[in-house]
Amino acid sequence: MKLRIVGEDALMVYFGDVVDAQTSARVQAATSAIEYVMGEDLIDLVPSYASVLILYNPLRTNHASVARRVRDVLSNVSTPATVECRTVVLPVYYAPEAGIDLESLAERAGLPISKVIDLHAGAEYRVYAIGFAPGFAYLGEVDERIAAPRLATPRASVPRGSVAIADRQTAVYPSVSPGGWNLIGRCPVPMFDPSAQPCMPVAVGDTVRFEPISREHFLTLGGDLA
Amino acid sequence: MSMRVVQSGVLSLLQDSGRYGQHRLGLSNGGPMDREAFHYCNRLLQNSPASTAIEISVGGLQLESLVDTYICLTGAPMPLSINGQEKSLWAVQRVYAGDIIQIGFARSGCRSYFGVADGFTIKARFGSTATVVRENIGGLRGHSLQVGDQLPCTTTTARKQYYLADRDQPRYQNTLTVRVIPGYQQRHFNRVEQRRFFGSTYKISGRCDRMGYRLEGPVIKCDIEGVLSEGICFGAIQLPPDGQPIVLLNDRQTIGGYPKIGAALSLDAARMTQLVPGSSVHFAPITHHTAHKALQLAQRFILRKPLQEGRQ
Repeated sequence: MKLRIVGEDALMVYFGDVVDAQTSARVQAATSAIEYVMGEDLIDLVPSYASVLILYNPLRTNHASVARRVRDVLSNVSTPATVECRTVVLPVYYAPEAGIDLESLAERAGLPISKVIDLHAGAEYRVYAIGFAPGFAYLGEVDERIAAPRLATPRASVPRGSVAIADRQTAVYPSVSPGGWNLIGRCPVPMFDPSAQPCMPVAVGDTVRFEPISREHFLTLGGDLA
Repeated sequence: MSMRVVQSGVLSLLQDSGRYGQHRLGLSNGGPMDREAFHYCNRLLQNSPASTAIEISVGGLQLESLVDTYICLTGAPMPLSINGQEKSLWAVQRVYAGDIIQIGFARSGCRSYFGVADGFTIKARFGSTATVVRENIGGLRGHSLQVGDQLPCTTTTARKQYYLADRDQPRYQNTLTVRVIPGYQQRHFNRVEQRRFFGSTYKISGRCDRMGYRLEGPVIKCDIEGVLSEGICFGAIQLPPDGQPIVLLNDRQTIGGYPKIGAALSLDAARMTQLVPGSSVHFAPITHHTAHKALQLAQRFILRKPLQEGRQ
């Protein structure tokens, strides 16, 4: 574990520099522990793949005090051997009309489209981080055979619900936004609904599986191909 | 009871002090870009400090008051008139139902804050009324003010008519020194690059918004192209592969992977948001101890200047 100053009210705790489930589980355990030990001095926390950003109130405390408390509490936190997590199944309509990069990604991978779908839907993914935009969950890791680099020029507008791949990460775009990931399908389940409780179907640490569905089923579930 | 938007201006947004504790959903902070001007707007009106006001960028907002109340405009000097009669900024003004409040365009700076007694009564989303257009959250419909919008507020018959003395009002210029707390990723920028960054003058580019201010100037090279995506603090100074710094602000994305040379002191980042494209910025490194002292001094002095009483 490393603690680093990143700003006037910000400290970063690093647990490594790789993407793996164990590091992610440490991040998760540390996030709750830091929240507990910081109490009222805490403004916010941003857990990610291998780090937790701690934002604190600089008028109430300082770097030294935060660093001491974080070191103390983390030296007593052990990562549970079996992390309790939910499995969330998200339906996806995989088709070129729902994901305009599906054909080019298959071609690039040298695989038939059906194999790309099998590989994407055949794996379990961990929610490593939530960020970038409300409800955007970074899922990892996709099979190396269907990993694909970001587009050279990001699109100005990616449709809501788009299921996408960038390198070995995959995600569902919660709303219409700019984006440079490769689009392979569409998910009809809202990934962020401010009026729902909870407002997201997934949380960091959850396991996500994608289930291929037909065009009809997609439309029945409220999917939109616009 | 409300105020009605007659002209929406360039960009007018309902803002309270910001949305905090929601980064784990991917939600940004929002809130006023110039905290000092926002603070005085509510303080002069004797409101609670987080009351919802309107952040007016550039200018052009026109409202019709449908209530008897008090108003106040602080921040960048945008001409204020009530029924065509010019009024002072940084001063509480009386308005009556039927009055037309007109706000012109900034003569210097670019953001001002328009408040009413007790603030606008807006439903909070995720604990805040702050509008973040990119996220479609806050304000009336997650959007900037539009012609015809009704902004709920209450009738108020008694308020002290405070004003801030002219000598105590901030001046908005077109050059600024931004103090920077170097971050540990600074080690990915070699000495020459660091010297270039702190020794050069940068210009505010046309690509500046509530998410971040992109600057133009000497290219700063970094040893690495990116880091594993991690949380981003307010004021973080990112250097994407093109070597042009971006200072990340209120509506920034919560997670990103570009290398950062450090983070701007929040007080200076806030002042930077009053700069218009073409203005000059110079960066100066400070320690985090100095940063904390600056924050404490600001809390004790800058935000606690004495208010004067009387009609302005």
